[in-house]
Amino acid sequence: MKNKTKQTAKVDRDHGLRLLRKMLLIRRFEAKSAELYSAMKIRGFLHLYDGEEAVAVGVMEALTPEDAVVATYREHGQALARGVSANAIMAEMYGKQEGCSRGRGGSMHLFDAAARFYGGNAIVGGGLPLALGFALADAMQGKKRVTCCFFGDGATAEGVFYESLNLAALWRLPVLFILENNLYAMGTAICYAHAVADIAPKAASHGVQTEIVDGMDVLAVEKGARRGAEFVREGNGPYFIECRTYRFRAHSMFDAELYRTRAEVEKWRKRDPIASFFDLCKEQAVLSDADMEELERDVAAEVDGAVAFAEAGTWEPVEDLTRYVYSEGRPR
Amino acid sequence: MNPGTQMVKLTYREAAREGLRDALARDPRVFLMGEDVGHYGGCFAVSKGLLQEFGPERIRDTPLSELAFTGMGIGAAMGGMRPIVEIMTVNFSLLALDQILNNAATLLHMSGGQFNVPLVIRMATGAGKQLAAQHAHSLEGWYAHIPGIRVVSPATLADVRGMLWTALEDPDPVLIFENNTLYTMEGELAVDAGPVDIDHARVLREGSDVSIITYSASLHKSLAAAETLAGEGISAEVIDLRTLRPLDDATIMGSVAKTHRALIVDEGWRSGSISAEISARIVEQAFYELDAPVERLCSAEVPIPYARHMEQAAIPQAETIVATVKRMVQSHG
Repeated sequence: MKNKTKQTAKVDRDHGLRLLRKMLLIRRFEAKSAELYSAMKIRGFLHLYDGEEAVAVGVMEALTPEDAVVATYREHGQALARGVSANAIMAEMYGKQEGCSRGRGGSMHLFDAAARFYGGNAIVGGGLPLALGFALADAMQGKKRVTCCFFGDGATAEGVFYESLNLAALWRLPVLFILENNLYAMGTAICYAHAVADIAPKAASHGVQTEIVDGMDVLAVEKGARRGAEFVREGNGPYFIECRTYRFRAHSMFDAELYRTRAEVEKWRKRDPIASFFDLCKEQAVLSDADMEELERDVAAEVDGAVAFAEAGTWEPVEDLTRYVYSEGRPR
Repeated sequence: MNPGTQMVKLTYREAAREGLRDALARDPRVFLMGEDVGHYGGCFAVSKGLLQEFGPERIRDTPLSELAFTGMGIGAAMGGMRPIVEIMTVNFSLLALDQILNNAATLLHMSGGQFNVPLVIRMATGAGKQLAAQHAHSLEGWYAHIPGIRVVSPATLADVRGMLWTALEDPDPVLIFENNTLYTMEGELAVDAGPVDIDHARVLREGSDVSIITYSASLHKSLAAAETLAGEGISAEVIDLRTLRPLDDATIMGSVAKTHRALIVDEGWRSGSISAEISARIVEQAFYELDAPVERLCSAEVPIPYARHMEQAAIPQAETIVATVKRMVQSHG
């Protein structure tokens, strides 16, 4: 297991702009989503990624369009960072048929075949075996692709986590495991759920190459993900990255946050991945306040556009309710 | 079948193996994975010899991890392969139920039609081998409750060989239930027996007094009962459902319209069973055709016991089918 020490990386302007814009888009898109939830435009469950943006954005830098992504029910960030359109995601949350899952999935089930984005899995740990399957299919078809699977610390208490690690290592499957350790499984802190709270060694004990990165530092995440993706792509088997991160907001819109202190949240907020990355870019004089202002305007326009798109969207006809239970043309 | 086609004598187990061999030989995307399918030769010896013939890339022994390897089958199917996942027995499939229900059955609909899951899952089912209460249940009917999957139950050599072929061509997940008491059943099958449809029930014996609607191992008990009944002047029609989801209502109702009496024989438990569903459909769709109440013979509502006499008493038998039909015919003559 490697535990890389933080190095001050040199940021290239275009690269910095791209990372910052993606993180900012996620942050602003979700702030708007929370607002729309309160306005009852979005219903069901809504799990925000606020604070964890560096993980999705950093990881996606290491993937190619041919790679596959499997995510969790807290996946707006992954979907946006992967390039699923903000319009289609917002329309999905509105339940409109222009949504990326025709309005059948909602916030927890975003899918996009073109982006090879496979959800959107709301059974904790349920995406892990799926990711193994994509990886197995690639390996058997001689495709040098990576399947990237996101999951939280909660999933690492599920039996399927251990089954999946064992199988991935045993069959040397091309899976990049991304643990988003935000310290809480819903409202249960790791110390109340794990006899051994240190998770990365559990993956290492299965013979999986493992690394821990600062999930609040987008460059550190990207660097780790690039190492991991290359390792996987070269046919060395799975790679496991634990991203140590934190969610600034509640678990979902129904969470009264009784399980953690305001002081703890404030402490983590000081490490905001967006603000700290922007500060780094300013220190290195590659980005300025004016750049940030322009990004904010640009992102606001995209979010407003997504809301307008969703508002203008249409409802799937009720006659289509049972469509796609089975493939078209087959008896039902 | 072509005239002059050579017939061979074989067992249900061998016919199942031929089905697997056909599939592996025909399509390079097909592979088999499950517990003990390779080096051991399959828990019920169905896949014996296939590892040697097709190699470890395509005959994959998995760890004991039903949830992970079933989910992996779903991902592999979505990723362009045609996996056959073998789960040792239906009781063990409960460990994989999350993936079967929450992913295999839902992904097409939940993704707005974007992702098919062309996965085939085979598993052994049924009582009769004294395997007791954690290896011998018949939960096919449970699975038939789930929209998004197909549930098939081959009772004949032709079906156990040919249904796999058709199932692999289906764009959606298909669960194949093989009753473990049938593996030693012998019969004749054409050497080149090919695919069979998985959309229709089949009338295996024509009759006019009662329709016996059944599937899997109970089919053979029903056919034996029909033979006994014929000797007593009662003409029983026997329907092999073959597919439990979707049910072939047309064949069932067509038969009831002819015989005006229906007995459903089902090795599942009675309450909330597939037999209850069939009974309800007959009442909904063919009520005025009935000369007698629909009846059901199911397994006793107990965990399947080990002792042979108790196990046999727990599941439908030819004698109980005969007695039930006689009562139905005589009391509502």
